[in-house]
Amino acid sequence: MAVITYREALRQALTEEMERDPNVFLVGEEIGRYQGTFRVTEGLLQRFGEMRVVDTPISESGIAGMAIGAAMIGLRPVAEFMTFSFALIAVDQIVNHAAKILYMFGGQISVPVVFRGPAGGGAQLSAQHSHSLESWYAHIPGLKVVTPATPADAKGMLKTAIRDDNPVIFMEHAKLYSTRGEVPEGDYTIPFGVADVKREGSDVTIIAYSQPVLLALHAAEKLAETEGIQCEVIDLRSLQPLDMETILRSISKTHRAVVVHEDHRNVGFGAEIVARIQEFAFDELDAPVLRVASADVPIPYARNLERAAFPSEEDIIRAVKRVLV
Amino acid sequence: MKTEVAVRKALPESLTPQRLVELYRTMLLIRHFEEQCSPAYRQGKMGGYMHVYIGQEAVATGFIAHMRDDDYMVCSYRDHGHALARGTDPRRVMAELFGRYTGVSKGKGGSMHLVDVERGFLGGYGIVGGMVPLAVGIGYGIRYRGGDQVCLCFFGDGAMNIGPVHEALNMAAIYKVPVVFVCENNRYAMATPVEFASAVPNLAERAKQYGMPTRQIEGMDLLEVYRQAEEIIRQVRTTPTPFFVEVITYRFEGHGIADNPTNQALYRTKEEVEYWRQRDPIVNTARFLLDSGIATEQQLLEWDAHAKQQALEAVAYADASPEPPIEELYRDVYTDMEVQEWR
Ligand SMILES: Cc1ncc(C[n+]2csc(CCOP(=O)(O)OP(=O)(O)O)c2C)c(N)n1
Ligand SMILES: [Mg+2]
Repeated sequence: MAVITYREALRQALTEEMERDPNVFLVGEEIGRYQGTFRVTEGLLQRFGEMRVVDTPISESGIAGMAIGAAMIGLRPVAEFMTFSFALIAVDQIVNHAAKILYMFGGQISVPVVFRGPAGGGAQLSAQHSHSLESWYAHIPGLKVVTPATPADAKGMLKTAIRDDNPVIFMEHAKLYSTRGEVPEGDYTIPFGVADVKREGSDVTIIAYSQPVLLALHAAEKLAETEGIQCEVIDLRSLQPLDMETILRSISKTHRAVVVHEDHRNVGFGAEIVARIQEFAFDELDAPVLRVASADVPIPYARNLERAAFPSEEDIIRAVKRVLV
Repeated sequence: MKTEVAVRKALPESLTPQRLVELYRTMLLIRHFEEQCSPAYRQGKMGGYMHVYIGQEAVATGFIAHMRDDDYMVCSYRDHGHALARGTDPRRVMAELFGRYTGVSKGKGGSMHLVDVERGFLGGYGIVGGMVPLAVGIGYGIRYRGGDQVCLCFFGDGAMNIGPVHEALNMAAIYKVPVVFVCENNRYAMATPVEFASAVPNLAERAKQYGMPTRQIEGMDLLEVYRQAEEIIRQVRTTPTPFFVEVITYRFEGHGIADNPTNQALYRTKEEVEYWRQRDPIVNTARFLLDSGIATEQQLLEWDAHAKQQALEAVAYADASPEPPIEELYRDVYTDMEVQEWR
C-alpha cells in the first residue's frame, strides 16, 4: 500500500469520483486557480476544467445554496468551505434547506451534496477561526456527519460521502492534512456508521474522532509504556450515523470509558455518547464516563492560553487514570 | 521648491504642513511596524493568521485623520494600520501580536482582533464582511442618542460578495445611519481578482442601488485620500446619510504569511506588483514634502529612522512582556458570571 498524506488521500478520492461520475463537481473559494487554500484540490482545475472546479467569490451562503440546488436536480456537488468557521454564514442553507428538503417534500427530492473542509483549530487562529461545531450539525436530523482521522479513512469516506444521496458534513482538520498513512490503491469505500478500533486494549475505552484520535493513540501508547495500562481506542469516524455497538462491545470488556473531542465540553458531542452509554450499558460501568474536551471559552490567541484551552495528551492520561481509581 | 502660497494651495484647506508631516509619519510608522511583523512571525513569536497593510497605508491614514475623538471605527483582520493610524500605542499592538498580556486585548485576540475602545476603535474582525452589519448598529446607536459622530467601517473588496454586507448596506440607507463604508479595493481577495468575483467590478457602481451616495477614489495618494475623506465624512456628519466609498489601493505583500511569492505567482505578476510599488504612498508623499519645501532630505531620514525605532521598541516591549496568566482563559466569557465547568 502506498503511504500518502491525508491531503493527497482526499485529492485521490475527489479525482477518482470525478472520473467515475460526470455529475460530480467541486465548488468553493480558491479551490481552482489558487489550487486550494490547503492544497486539497491542487491540479483539479487543470484536469477537469472550469465547469467542474468552480472558483467562487467569498459567498459561503451562495456556495452552499448553489450546491444544494444543483444536487436537487441530480448533480453531485462537493462544496468546500475554506474552514468550517466560515460555514457559519451558510448554516441557514445547510440546516433549513439541505437538511429539510427530503422530508418536507415527502421524500420526493433528495440532496446529494457534500460540504467539506477543515474544522477545529490549534494554530493560534483565535476566537473566530477555531470552531469545530460538529455537534451542531449532528443535532440536525437529515444531515450525516463524518470526521475521518486517517488518510485511508479520509479517502474511503469521501467516496462514500459523494455517493451518498443525503447531505453529508465532511469535517477534516487542518492539523491532519500533512499526516501520512497507508492508503489502499484504487477504488474502495468505507461505510458510514462503522467505528474503527484503532488500538485494542482491555482496561479503558477511549472514544474519539478526527484529530483527537491521534492524541488518544499517543496517550494510549504512553500509558501502556509507563503504567502498563491498556487502552482501547475507538475512532468513531462517523457521528451521524453513530456506531453504538462498537462502543458498547468495548465497554462490556473494559467497563470504563473516556470520550475525547476538540469541540467544547458543554453540550458537545461527548454528551450524547455518555448519555447513550449510561442508558444502554449502565450495569457494565465501573466508573463514571469522563469527557476530555476544549474549555468552555472562546478560543484565545495567546499560545499558553490556547494550549490550556484545547484537550491535550496529558488531559487524556489524567482522565484515564481517574476512571481507573 | 514652491512658495509658501503655492504649497498652501496644493494642500486641502484644513491640512497644515505640520499636520501633513504628522500623517506622513503615521504612514512611516505603519510601514516599519509591518516590516517587523513577518520576521517576528518567522521566528515563532506570533502565530495564527497575520495580514500586513503594506501599500495601503494612505487609506487608513487619510480617513482616520478626520475622525473626532468621539467617533467610531471597525475594520477587518488587516487591522494593524488602522489601529496605529488611530493612535493606539504600537507597543501594545505588537504585544497583542505576540500574544502578551500587555497587548490591546490582553493577548487573547491576536493580530486579527485589535481593539482600542478608548479611541472608538471597536475592533478588527476575522470573518469577511462580519463588521459591516455591526457598523449599521453603531451608526444607529449614534442616531438614537442624537449624536453627530460618525462610524468608519473598513472592509475589503472581497467582502462585497458576502450576503450580510448587502443586507447591511440596504439597512444603513433605510435608517440613514452616519456610517462611511470604506471598501478598500486592493484588487484581490486572497488570490481572487475583483473582476472575477464581482459581476460589476466597479464596486462603487455596484453599491449605488442602495440609495446612498457612492464614490470611487484613488487610494495610493495620501493627499487625495485626505481630501476626499474630508468631504465624505463631513457630508455624513452633517446630513443624515451613509456613504459608500471604494478606494482603489494595492497590497504589496502576500495576502497573509502563507501567501508566499510562489503562491502569489498563481494570481499576479511581478510586473504588476512593481507597477503598484511605483505608486507607493510613502514615496509619493515624501516627494511632495520635498518638492514643496515642507521637509528636507535630512528630516525625511530622521523621521524614517524614528519610525523604525518605534517599531523596534514595540518589538522589544512585546518580547519583554509576560504571557497572560492562565486564569485569563476563563475570564471575559461573561460579564457577570464565572464559567462553571463540571470536571
Ligand atoms: C466568511 C469568510 N470566508 C472566508 C474567509 C477566509 N478569508 C480570509 S481573508 C479572505 C480574503 C478577503 O479579501 P478582501 O475582503 O478583499 O480583503 P483583503 O484581504 O484584500 O484586505 C478570505 C477569503 C473568511 N475570513 N471569512
Ligand atoms: Mg482585497
